[in-house]
Amino acid sequence: MSVQVLNSSGNGNPLTAKDYATDQDVRWCPGCGDYSILKQVQTVLPTLDIPKEKTVFVSGIGCAARYPYYMNTYGMHSIHGRATAVASGLKAARPDLDVWIITGDGDALSIGGNHFIHLLRRNFNVNVLLFNNEIYGLTKGQYSPTSPKGKVTKSTPYGSVDHPFNPIALALGAEGTFVARSMDRDPKHLRDILLAAHEHKGTSFIDIYQNCNVFNDGAFGLFTDKATKDDHTLFLEDGKPLIFGKETKGIKLDGFKPIVVSLEETAADECWIHDPKDKIKASILSGFFEYDMNQGALPRPFGIFYKNERATYEDLLTEQIEDHKKTDNTDLDKLLSGENTWEVK
Amino acid sequence: MKEININRSKKEVVILFAGDSGDGIQFTGGQFTETVELFGNDISTFPNFPAEIRAPIGTEAGVSGFQLKFGSVEVFTPGDQYDVLVVMNAAALKVNLHNLRQGGVIVANISGFDSKNLKLAKYIDDENPLTNDSLENYEVHAIDISKLTKEALKDSGLSVKEIDRCKNMFVLGFIYWMFSQSPDNTIKFIQHKFKSKPEIADANTKALKTGYHYGETSETFTSRYEVKPAPLQKGKYRNISGNQATALGMVAAANHNNFELMYASYPITPASDILHELSKHKSFGVKTFQAEDEIAAVCAAIGASFGGSLAITGSSGPGIALKAEAMGLAVMLELPLIVVNVQRGGPSTGLPTKTEQADLLQMLYGRNGEAPMPVFAAASPKDCFDTIYEACRIAIEHMTPVVVLSDGYIANGAEPWRFPTSKDLKTITPRRPDKTDFLEDKFLPYERDEHEVRPWAVPGIKGFEHRLGGLEKELRTGNVSYNPENHQEMIRIREKKVNDIALDLPDQIIHRGNEGADLLVLGWGSTFGSIERAVKDLIEEGISVAHIHLRHINPFPKNLESLLRSFKRVIIPEMNRGQLSKLIRERFLIDAISVNKTKGIPFSVEEIKQAILKHQDHVSTSA
Repeated sequence: MSVQVLNSSGNGNPLTAKDYATDQDVRWCPGCGDYSILKQVQTVLPTLDIPKEKTVFVSGIGCAARYPYYMNTYGMHSIHGRATAVASGLKAARPDLDVWIITGDGDALSIGGNHFIHLLRRNFNVNVLLFNNEIYGLTKGQYSPTSPKGKVTKSTPYGSVDHPFNPIALALGAEGTFVARSMDRDPKHLRDILLAAHEHKGTSFIDIYQNCNVFNDGAFGLFTDKATKDDHTLFLEDGKPLIFGKETKGIKLDGFKPIVVSLEETAADECWIHDPKDKIKASILSGFFEYDMNQGALPRPFGIFYKNERATYEDLLTEQIEDHKKTDNTDLDKLLSGENTWEVK
Repeated sequence: MKEININRSKKEVVILFAGDSGDGIQFTGGQFTETVELFGNDISTFPNFPAEIRAPIGTEAGVSGFQLKFGSVEVFTPGDQYDVLVVMNAAALKVNLHNLRQGGVIVANISGFDSKNLKLAKYIDDENPLTNDSLENYEVHAIDISKLTKEALKDSGLSVKEIDRCKNMFVLGFIYWMFSQSPDNTIKFIQHKFKSKPEIADANTKALKTGYHYGETSETFTSRYEVKPAPLQKGKYRNISGNQATALGMVAAANHNNFELMYASYPITPASDILHELSKHKSFGVKTFQAEDEIAAVCAAIGASFGGSLAITGSSGPGIALKAEAMGLAVMLELPLIVVNVQRGGPSTGLPTKTEQADLLQMLYGRNGEAPMPVFAAASPKDCFDTIYEACRIAIEHMTPVVVLSDGYIANGAEPWRFPTSKDLKTITPRRPDKTDFLEDKFLPYERDEHEVRPWAVPGIKGFEHRLGGLEKELRTGNVSYNPENHQEMIRIREKKVNDIALDLPDQIIHRGNEGADLLVLGWGSTFGSIERAVKDLIEEGISVAHIHLRHINPFPKNLESLLRSFKRVIIPEMNRGQLSKLIRERFLIDAISVNKTKGIPFSVEEIKQAILKHQDHVSTSA
């Protein structure tokens, strides 16, 4: 099949964010966090060296899943939980395409949980944007697999008794090779993470905290509100110490136990230095996951928890095919006749 | 040495090789098949495995069988009753004796009838059927195969266990002698297969020859048989099973038309062999994807189809149930996709290793909303090739998911196949987007031709960027639309698109007999062989009967109704409770009579004959 490749001049894509928008009205609720994510992606894409026609967005079902309709690229709005599976087939068939998966907490972690873990395990070179709002929005407000225990929703009027998933720990456990967290309210951080995710060869998973202002407003207020965010967020940077609280606090490891220290008593360079290649430390970091307002509580990390290269599924598949093309039969008639034929005269 | 006559009167012989799962029964049957094929007989084979992977040795549950019928005439089925029953142990005899014709031959391995084996086979009081008079209506040849093999190989240097494994070759050698077939082809095969283990190759060869010579020298046999070659159509042949033919049809459709083939599947009996076969053909660019589940398999295929591949998923009934939602998505997306259902006994897990045709209505209707899909069914092992090839062509040229039905019987069964060359294959031409698919500068992904086919625009092509999805599409633009008129129109269009496929398919033929006969036997799928043989025999006896076999069940061939109306009565044998009958009655208001069997085993020719005679009788008396 002939595929035209235009517009990749190496030094810059002549397109702008506007070129990535469609003529369809965006129909998310006013004030929804999805708008910010859409905007950051549309801003980032023209800076990449990828032609628009080579870009594909695949989604499942849910509010977030409407996303492909708003991107003037190739796209598919598939069925609930299966965007990861559709994208796997697409990427296996077409390694040349730049594939983005748009999913939500219900879509990826509940109905699509199985495909999600297998996507990470196989390590297709795709990007997964998890719009995590800790609620079912499109079905109008039931608790999701990331809602905290005790959450009162339409389907849990007396509070949820379900224990929530920790998406970062799940992605690490599923052998993800790029595991990060960001949020809708921090556009710059989100853009940086999107760029890093795209640059990573392998499955890049971003857990994006996204505010549902209708059914779960303020779920992430602790990390976004001016009054609390400094004490409750920790921005991870490769080679930098884990410090937060307007550079007043840091994290040290006491054995395998992370503890909060005051930077008045401990120097910053004595703190835990972030190394995203260290899977054990990434796994400890993924455990910074309680809603705890108490003094000394661990802050919620944002940034790249873990990043390491491993061969992608599509590369290994292609390699095997190319190897066998060199050594095995490629003649269809020989294949049809097989090895044992006889002739009736 | 005394004179042994060769009986040349037999036109067809049915043999069942039966023994324990570990006795090499399938290999033995496969070798016998190859040898008589090379000799020029027509043949039909059917392996019958136990459901358990390693059932306890010596028990009835562990019996594995390989049934074959070969003949000097055209062979349509593996046969109803056995002429020769080869049993390696007591359980194999117990399970299969009921199907041996009166006066038939039993070849039994004596050491498989010791007290331990008799106990495992649950013979009352360990009574040995070989030594009491229970088998007096049969011609019994009890041979101590294990002992004779052991003696022959005592200097081979092999272990006791390895020697014991050669006993199936003794049996095969003996059966070759019995049917006047040369063991040479098998010797060649053994020498090649065990090239790296010459001592194993030599031991097997010796066991084979010992078995052959045993027939000649033991002087207990008074007759041998010879079945002359069959007058088959001229040409080159090979042996093929249904699942193999299905896989090769896929590779041929992709390779001949420059598509990349993606087969996404999840292991399930009896469809897995398609995946196994395809995974060997990497050199043809075949991509096989063993997904994490059935849903992922069909979704990955849809993704690959969006990417421009010839995309196929295969499964069996329970797996297809899981794929239903995604199949509906494919209907909405209007992308090419082939869904193969190798049916097995249901409902639920049912009878995984047994055959049935009870998924027809599931394939036609088992989706939410109005979601029509073409449904094709293969009639025999070799017909799987043509059926899947045609399904690929229709899926691509008409931008639609297509269902292909096979079943455990034809999937595992095998027959000689006059294979095509690439020159015989049809060209498949997709509808690619062009200038006419634009409204001003906007690409219209749902613009259609006169048969409602939309263009297949594959990612990577500039200017054709578009979004597909499961939400209802607006006419032409494919944008999301909740407009009531639009929804109704789109449902009508999707239905017409599938119906119009009939215009691209051949007219229905009558396989045997004439239009206007008293009785028509209408069939679909794997009942082909039994019906064909029964109708052929009865026509020769002067009965007014005909056979029509459907490959195209949705849409029906355009001339089907007028054909059906020419017969006084229509009967429909099916391995279900009357699913095609329902369709024929509903569509044409024709009072078709359903003939059912749901035992996990195919119709015998005799059963079809009885049904024909019963209903034919009724026609002639009421006329």
